[in-house]
Amino acid sequence: MEERATAPESSAAVATEGDGDAAVVVRGLAKRYGEIEAVAGVDFDVRRGETFGFLGPNGAGKSTTINMLCTLTQPTTGSARVAGHDIVAERDAVRRSIGLVFQETTLDSYLTAERNLRFHAELYGVPRAGLDERLREVLEMVGLWDRRGSRVMTFSGGMMRRLEIARGLLHTPRVLFLDEPTIGLDPQTRASIWRYIQDLKQREDITIFMTTHYMDEAEYCDRIAIIDSGRIVALDTPQALKASVGKDRVQIQTPDDDAAISALRQRFGIEAAVHEGAVTFAVPEGEQFVPRLFAELGVQIGSVSVSRPTLDDVFLAYTGTTIRDAEGVDPNRAIVAAFRRR
Amino acid sequence: MIGVARDSATLQRTSAEARAAGPGRKHDLRAVKIVWQRELIRFAQDRPRILVSLLQPVLFLFVLGTGLGSLVSGGAGGVSLRTFLFPGVLGMAVMFTAMFSAASIVWDREFGFLREMLVAPVARGGIVLGKCLGGASVAAFQGVILLALAGTVGVPYSPLLILTLTGELLLLAFVITALGVLLAARIRSIQSFFSLTQMLLMPLFFLSGALFPLTNLPTWLQVLTHVNPLTYAVDPMRRAVFARLSPGGHPLSTDVTWGSWRVPTLLELALVAALALALLAVAVVQFRRPD
Repeated sequence: MEERATAPESSAAVATEGDGDAAVVVRGLAKRYGEIEAVAGVDFDVRRGETFGFLGPNGAGKSTTINMLCTLTQPTTGSARVAGHDIVAERDAVRRSIGLVFQETTLDSYLTAERNLRFHAELYGVPRAGLDERLREVLEMVGLWDRRGSRVMTFSGGMMRRLEIARGLLHTPRVLFLDEPTIGLDPQTRASIWRYIQDLKQREDITIFMTTHYMDEAEYCDRIAIIDSGRIVALDTPQALKASVGKDRVQIQTPDDDAAISALRQRFGIEAAVHEGAVTFAVPEGEQFVPRLFAELGVQIGSVSVSRPTLDDVFLAYTGTTIRDAEGVDPNRAIVAAFRRR
Repeated sequence: MIGVARDSATLQRTSAEARAAGPGRKHDLRAVKIVWQRELIRFAQDRPRILVSLLQPVLFLFVLGTGLGSLVSGGAGGVSLRTFLFPGVLGMAVMFTAMFSAASIVWDREFGFLREMLVAPVARGGIVLGKCLGGASVAAFQGVILLALAGTVGVPYSPLLILTLTGELLLLAFVITALGVLLAARIRSIQSFFSLTQMLLMPLFFLSGALFPLTNLPTWLQVLTHVNPLTYAVDPMRRAVFARLSPGGHPLSTDVTWGSWRVPTLLELALVAALALALLAVAVVQFRRPD
C-alpha cells in the first residue's frame, strides 16, 4: 500500500519529457469552494495524441478539473496549459484549441443538426472556405450525415451525444474534452459511442481528455488517472495499474495436479492450489509467464487460462472502496436522468 | 532545459496573441450575426407564438378601444379612442414580445445551449448584443404586423409615418430586450423570470401614456408617468401619428412636458437610446463574470 501512494510520481516523470510532447500540462491545480476543497492540487501531463481518462466517483473533482482546463472555472491556485496555452491568461486561445462535450446536452433542439453545427462554426470563427466539407466530414464520422436536416428534438440520446461530438470536432481542436460522454445512455449506445470515438482517433490528429465513472470505459484509455476526494491517487496505463494491484490469476489443467504443484514450487517458487478443478496460482504478468511455464514445468499441460485483475480491483486497491460504494445514492442523479429522458 | 521550455512557452503565447488579434473583431461580428440569426429562425419556426402575441394587442385595440370608446361621446377630442390607443397598443405588443424574446436566454440556460455560447472563444459582449438585436428585431417585426391594421383605426398608410413608427418600435424593442437580457443574467428559472418581468412590465406599460393622455393627471400620477422611461418611447409614436392626422396640432396630442417645456422628440428618443445602451452595458458586464 505504501508504494502505491507514490503513483503520482509517474506523472512527474512524464513532465521531464518536455512541454513539446504534452497536450495538457497541469501543475498544482486546485479549486476551493469556501470550505470545500473540490480539487486539492493535482499534477499530471496528457501526451499529445493519447486518450487520457479521469476515473472517479461523482463528486471526486473530475468535472471541476475539466471545467478549469476548459477555462470555465478559475483555479484557486496552480496552473495549467492546454495545447500550449495558459488556461487563465490565454482563455480564448485555449477555447479555440479545444472541443467540448459536456455531461448535459447543449444543443438547440429546435434547430436541425446542420444548423446547430453551423451556429458553432460561426461562433468559433471556422473559415467559410472548406466549412461545407468539414461539416460533412464530422457528420459522416458520427453517422449523422443523412439526418443533418432533422430537428435535434427528434434525435435519441445517443444521436444527440454523437452530434455533440461532431460539433466538438468541427473547428479542428487539438484536444477534445469529453465529460462523462456516455452518462445516462444504455450499454449498447455507450458501446456505439465508443466505436465512434475510437474511429475518430484514427482519422483526426487529436488528444482526448475524458472523465468517466464507468470502469469498462476507462479500459479504452491509453492512461488513466484515478481521482478520489480531489486528489490523484494513481496514474498509469490500465495494464500497469492492474499489474500494480496484484498478480494475474493463472489456472492450468494437468493430468497430474500434485506433480504440477510441486514442480511449480521447486522450479518457480510459486505456491499453487487446486481451485475449481484446476491448479491455480498468481503471478505478475501472467501471459508472459505462460511460455516459461510450458518450457520449464516438466509436467504436461492440457489448457491454460490467465485472468487479469479488473479496474474495479484497481479502484478498490487505491481508494479502499469500490466506485459504486463511493457514489452512494445521489438523488440529483435520478432527477437529472428523468429530465434527460424528456 | 527550463530555459528552453520557457522560450517555447513565450513563442506559443505570442503566436496565440497574434491569432487572437487577427480575426478578433471580424470573428466577434460573425458571432453577433449568428446569435441574431438564430433568434429570427426560432421566431419564424414558432408560428403559434406570433399569433398568440398578436391577440392581446388586438383585444386592447378593438375590444377595449371600441367598448370604452362608447363612454366618450363623439370620440376623444374628435378622434376615435381606437385611433388614440393605436400607438400605445403598438408599444404594448413590442414590449411584451421583446421581454418574451429575452426569456429565451433563461430557456437556453435551462436546456444547456447557453453554455455552448458562453464557452465559445468570442467576446461575451458579442453574444449579448446578438441576443438583444435578435429580440429587438423579432419584437419590432411583431409591431410592424400590427402597423398593417393602421387603416382600420383611421391612421393613414403614409410611408414616412410607417418608417418613423418602425424605427421607434425598434428602439423600444431594443430597450426592453436589453432590460430582459440583463435580468436573465441573474434569474435562473423561467417561472421567476416571467413573474418578475410581468410585475415589472405591467406598471411600466400602464404608466407610459399608452392608454391615456398624460395631461391633467393628479400630481402623483404625473410624477410616476414622467419618470417612467417608457413614456419617452411611447410619446414619439403618438406624436408621429397625430402629426399626420392633424398637422396643425391636435388637442389630444398631449406631448410630454417638463414643467411647461415640451420635450423635443429627438431628446425623448435620445433618452431611450441612452437607457438602452446603459442596460446593454450592464448586461454585458453581468455575462462577463465567470460562473
